[in-house]
Amino acid sequence: MSEGRRWTDRSLVQLTLVRYREFLREPEAVFWVFLFPILLAAGLGVAFRGRPADRTPIGVAGTDSVAQAVAEALRRSPDVTVRVLPASAAADSLRAGSVALVVLPDRWPERQVEYRYDETRPESRAARLLADDALQRAAGRTDPVSAADQRVTEAGARYIDFVVPGLLGMNLMGSGIWSVGFAIVDARRRRLLKRLIATPMSRAEYLASFVLSRLSLLVLEVGTLLGFAVLVFGVPLRGSLWTLVFICVLSALSFTSLGLLIASRVQTIEGVSGLSNLVMLPMWIFSGVFFSASRFPDAVQPVIRLLPLTAVIDALRATILRGAGPAAIGPELLIIIGWLVLSFPLALRLFRWK
Amino acid sequence: MSSPPLLVRGLRKTYDDVIAVDGLDLEVRPGECFGLLGPNGAGKTSAIEICEGLSTPDAGEVVVLGQRWGENDRDLRDRLGISLQETQFSDKLTVGETMRLFRSFYGQGTEPDAVIDMVQLGEKVSARVGKLSGGQKQRLALACALVGDPELLFLDEPTTGLDPQARRQLWELIERLRSEGRSILLTTHYMDEAERLCDRVAIVDHGRVIADGAPRALIESLGAEHVLEFAVGDRVLDDAMLRALDGVCGADRRDGVYRLQVSELHRAIPALLQALRQQGANLTELRTHSPTLEDVFVSLTGRYLRDE
Repeated sequence: MSEGRRWTDRSLVQLTLVRYREFLREPEAVFWVFLFPILLAAGLGVAFRGRPADRTPIGVAGTDSVAQAVAEALRRSPDVTVRVLPASAAADSLRAGSVALVVLPDRWPERQVEYRYDETRPESRAARLLADDALQRAAGRTDPVSAADQRVTEAGARYIDFVVPGLLGMNLMGSGIWSVGFAIVDARRRRLLKRLIATPMSRAEYLASFVLSRLSLLVLEVGTLLGFAVLVFGVPLRGSLWTLVFICVLSALSFTSLGLLIASRVQTIEGVSGLSNLVMLPMWIFSGVFFSASRFPDAVQPVIRLLPLTAVIDALRATILRGAGPAAIGPELLIIIGWLVLSFPLALRLFRWK
Repeated sequence: MSSPPLLVRGLRKTYDDVIAVDGLDLEVRPGECFGLLGPNGAGKTSAIEICEGLSTPDAGEVVVLGQRWGENDRDLRDRLGISLQETQFSDKLTVGETMRLFRSFYGQGTEPDAVIDMVQLGEKVSARVGKLSGGQKQRLALACALVGDPELLFLDEPTTGLDPQARRQLWELIERLRSEGRSILLTTHYMDEAERLCDRVAIVDHGRVIADGAPRALIESLGAEHVLEFAVGDRVLDDAMLRALDGVCGADRRDGVYRLQVSELHRAIPALLQALRQQGANLTELRTHSPTLEDVFVSLTGRYLRDE
């Protein structure tokens, strides 16, 4: 090294700067990595937020004054909305699910009613209880016990709380695999990789620049999504920040290695897109991003548990929602490390520079 | 000097069934610009990439700056400047950023700004590479090869695909490097490029050197002051008859065009016209030019460089 060169003239620094520049000058990449997860979280948060306060829709079949009287009696309950419909329209609404239950009031004057509903639908079963309760009271039932309601919504048990760690894991996987895979295959396609190894550049530094840029962009990526979730939706952050940072760094390393492995020999952008999607698609479905992975049959559970994204999301949920420490998520951390130890040396062995 | 900048002996390289390099010998002397001239597919790129240490030969010996590949490659790369055929640098980086990146790989070298000025990209220092013209990109590639202040430069087809003006601009740059006393190995399939830039050339065909020497000497070895080309419609003339004409020292025919190597034009033309009249042949084309490396290639192979 000649004297007077600044630290920014070092090749590792220059290579890492190139990674940032290429990323930030690709508006689409910035959108998918930063904006998309926030938009998705916002959309899901809004869609599922109002649910506990929903009123159960109930239909009353008939158009005469008896039907009106029954509807009036039902409306005294704060938990239901009532629509009076002609008999055929009521049947249609039940079938379409826009009402959970239909009350047939023909024999109301004789103090009898019929309820029509699908007992496999939990909402309909609840509607049956609510409607019956309202009608019995209207007819004069008095309750021997007086009850008062305390309504609470537990932060950490809502859907948004469930889905934010899932999105975080999905983002770690996507940006790890995409950013590396795309950049390397693009450089190979341009014969830039070949040109680079015609210089005295260290190949290890070239690969390390991907890891370094990934780790520093990670802070921004995780920070924006998690910050948004905490500030806007009040998602609780119960575990220690250090555990969270540890999981994220380990996940980023593991997924970056997986990206290197995917890109190690592919010659075309189409090829690397296809291969990346092939690797990621099963994990989007099975690893519990949007719904719990335990919904899948027991027979496939061991395989699902071994997927890197499952381990990452489980570890994130345990830390963020339940405050688990590193010891409690040991098995998940081992799986993530296992993928790293497996994919990185393999990627180096298979890697084609020319 | 104990060893020349580049010494190649008996180089062979086969891809699948294709013999790309078939026993190639070369020597680049200190401070000279040496050209590998040959048609596309002659094995020039295969040969130069073996010299650059980017692929390994099946047989043969390569000594670069007194060193063999596989001994201390990083140190050797530090002393070489390489421009590959068809490298596309990252479109999203600027010229200045690309130069700083390449400069960072070398232990010593030239300041990026100085190299950018030298290749006349000073105005484009903040421009994205993706916005450059073909000639500007090729000059950037040359700058990347120069930024490590190399002792030996490898330039693979430096002007292919460029318009005439961009080519001339690049030629001036390479002439300047040559005048600075750098050793250069370049490949080209343009005979005018080889004639203008190279101290010595090796004409390569089917992976082997079929002639080498200074361009002037190669041309003079034809023994012809002029080349005379003519056509006579569909008539087929006897080569031996043409060769026997006064002032003619060689003749061949290709695609209906006859080509005479002529030592004395003022005697050959009247003799030719008289012979054609005797044969009753009508002249449909006639032109003459000073012989070039192209004529050397044609006389050696019976084919044109530019046809491939």
